[in-house]
Amino acid sequence: MCAMRPEPGHEQGAGHPGWKAVLTPEEIRRALSRVAHEILERTHGGEGIVLLGIPTRGVPLARRLAARIAEFEGTSAPYGSLDVTMHRDDLRLRPARALQRTEVPSGGVDGKTVVLVDDVLFSGRTIRAALDALNDLGRPRAVQLAVLVDRGHRELPIRADYVGKNLPTAYREVVRVLLEETDGEDSVLLGERDR
Amino acid sequence: MTGSPMPAGRHRHLISAADLSRDEAVLILDTAAELASVAGRPIRKLPTLRGMTVVNLFFEDSTRTRTSFEAAAKRLSADVINFSARGSSVAKGESLKDTALTLEAMGADAVVVRHSASGAAHRLAGWVTGSVVNAGDGTHEHPTQALLDAFTMRQRLGAPDQRGGGLDGVRVTIVGDVLHSRVARSNVLLLATLGAEVTLVAPPTLMPYAVETWPCKASYDFDAELRKSDVVMMLRVQQERMTAAYFPSIREYSRRYGLDAGRMALLPEHAIVMHPGPMNRGVEIAAEVADSPRSTIVAQVSNGVIVRMAVLYLLLGGAAAAA
Repeated sequence: MCAMRPEPGHEQGAGHPGWKAVLTPEEIRRALSRVAHEILERTHGGEGIVLLGIPTRGVPLARRLAARIAEFEGTSAPYGSLDVTMHRDDLRLRPARALQRTEVPSGGVDGKTVVLVDDVLFSGRTIRAALDALNDLGRPRAVQLAVLVDRGHRELPIRADYVGKNLPTAYREVVRVLLEETDGEDSVLLGERDR
Repeated sequence: MTGSPMPAGRHRHLISAADLSRDEAVLILDTAAELASVAGRPIRKLPTLRGMTVVNLFFEDSTRTRTSFEAAAKRLSADVINFSARGSSVAKGESLKDTALTLEAMGADAVVVRHSASGAAHRLAGWVTGSVVNAGDGTHEHPTQALLDAFTMRQRLGAPDQRGGGLDGVRVTIVGDVLHSRVARSNVLLLATLGAEVTLVAPPTLMPYAVETWPCKASYDFDAELRKSDVVMMLRVQQERMTAAYFPSIREYSRRYGLDAGRMALLPEHAIVMHPGPMNRGVEIAAEVADSPRSTIVAQVSNGVIVRMAVLYLLLGGAAAAA
């Protein structure tokens, strides 16, 4: 389950009344730089990696990580997006959802180290669906997971390889990730459900 | 119409192209555009409708549409039961309602129905709890054909990123036996919803009654319409539905309303030629036109599978289907 989409009432202005900012734009920038360095370290200079963002906000995060990897190492990291809608386990619980885009870099995923990128790691069910979706695309050499925020409450045996910030939360709380590309600003907010 | 499996809508069934709002139609086309990428993969199957049953209930002969729906349902991992009227209990005199109740008892989540009677799909929707998809009812409608035609038009004429877009300003000329054509009717309704400008061209005897109430124009001058068309869609002369002599001879019909190479040359540079199939080469369309690069006839068939996948996913993939 990804972060909740911003509600119209909270969108305008710099302030988000009732929400606590847990990451500032600078902290997001530093966290992503660190994650990019960790990816380079763990994959021996980013050899054979493919970054696949999970829509919606995993996609710009994958793009940013690819840009940083290019900046730090001078190598280009192919990136794309992986829609998991058709593989979700909760399809029958909600109305049918519009599909998001799946774009795999031209080199494909066979034999590559795929780094899945998402904004918030929560139950782990989205990642489970992503692993299934990936399985239909090919056979990567290894699959890793990078998330901006790990908020706990896993329902499946899944963990992240790279975490921007570990954020202990109560189950009833809601984590919202806002990104420049999708929301016009960079911020991670924590609030209560049912506001 | 009840239930709301479609995010932008309220549909449990797809009976008529007129039931779709612009947003709903665009959602189907966008979903199909994403599903198109699946067709190019080594594993062309998605687990989405696993455990669901789709019944193809065909009271009229059809190869293209039935196999297209079958392929679509199977690519979404649904189980498919093919039920054709020939050699079945229908031949022994069973009514549509009893057949429907039998299928219902077998646990059909969706029934894809083709019937020679206009309105059959609508009646069926009142008898079964599953979704009903109209795959052609008499001379009434064939909405998935219109959707795949619209998808093909958007693919061939639209901007590179077509997501969210309709067919605004696209000039479509539909030519031939409009009177007996459910494809024409569904296309007029859907294309008008998507913003296209549709013109029907037919001999006066094959122009539907009260065509002036349809959201399109009507003309008898084929050559004049060709010069200002982005799309020309040729229809088959449906002799099996004709109970009277609508034109003097096939040869005369072909001369006045058939698309040959000479007429194709009148079309603008970018224009495409469509045909819902099956074609009668040499009657409404010349072989050299059907096989030309402008013809989208083969693309229409492959697009048919992905558009029907999109429809089945949007009708069955969500919550209301389980309820």
